[in-house]
Amino acid sequence: MGIEGKETLKNEAGIVTTRLEELIKWGHKYSLWPLPFGTACCAIEFMALASSVFDIARFGSEFIRFSPRQSDLMIVAGTINYKMGPVLKRIYDQMCEPKWVISMGACACSGGFYDNYATIQGISQVIPVDVFIPGCPPRPEAILAAIMKIQQQIDRERAGRK
Amino acid sequence: MSKTEAEKLTPLVEKIKGSIEGAVIEMDTSLGDMALTIEREKIRAVLAFLKEKGFNLLLDIGCVDRLNLGGKERFEVVYILYSISSDQRLRLKVLVPESDLALPTATDLWKAANWAEREAFDMFGVQFTGHPHLKRILCHHEFGGHALRKDYPIMKGQWCSDTQDMREDLEKE
Repeated sequence: MGIEGKETLKNEAGIVTTRLEELIKWGHKYSLWPLPFGTACCAIEFMALASSVFDIARFGSEFIRFSPRQSDLMIVAGTINYKMGPVLKRIYDQMCEPKWVISMGACACSGGFYDNYATIQGISQVIPVDVFIPGCPPRPEAILAAIMKIQQQIDRERAGRK
Repeated sequence: MSKTEAEKLTPLVEKIKGSIEGAVIEMDTSLGDMALTIEREKIRAVLAFLKEKGFNLLLDIGCVDRLNLGGKERFEVVYILYSISSDQRLRLKVLVPESDLALPTATDLWKAANWAEREAFDMFGVQFTGHPHLKRILCHHEFGGHALRKDYPIMKGQWCSDTQDMREDLEKE
């Protein structure tokens, strides 16, 4: 295969017209690089998502980054206690715009059954959250659904803005 | 039927009584282990004595807030010792009043006492005199009060505004 001579070009090359904003959004949607902020068992469940059975790569999110500066989707998986609060905030602040946050599991969403002196009752008290996933822990399919929700949200937003 | 694990320790208890006068207030067996209530002033001597006698592991230091249980004093600090060579376990209890919530440290006898004492300090406010770095270990540095005391409202969270540098901790370990 390959382009050889004028005839092939005439037959195969095409032009697509679109708005720049749509193009950027399309890029964002299918290259969300997740940063797993894993503190508990939800992070173990999250690992299954990258495996061949569920395969997060189908949604363009297989590049799991452990640096906030290289990722645009934070997945908070696990219990966040008051001592961890400032750490979570700092990591979030280090991510480049545009960025999205998924709160995974009962603990991250609401503190779960840890209704005590040590645990923050929901990470939305510390950072803005786009999608909440209930469950203890949620199934990997639920995380995929959340990523699709984020993609739908990107469609609705102005490119690069929230 | 052979002697229970706790009964095997009776000669040792006699030895403690013999060499440190008035140290053992009460002797009790519960959950298969020997539990001794030790006079507060003598705990340091008893711990040193037991280490000498082969109790080379300090498994844990616990604390009980007897606020709703009653008893002579409010707090009870529990040392759990273990001897690898003789496979024996021993619990030591010390009653400590709320007004003077302090005990001598055991960090020079067992290194394991370092974090265990910090935890007892963090959760109950027990002051271990002579501890090299008595600082909260679980709760954050801006936390007020002691979380596992029975008069602490268990669901009262306290916000932490900033992270803490751990280098000081590492240097003091």
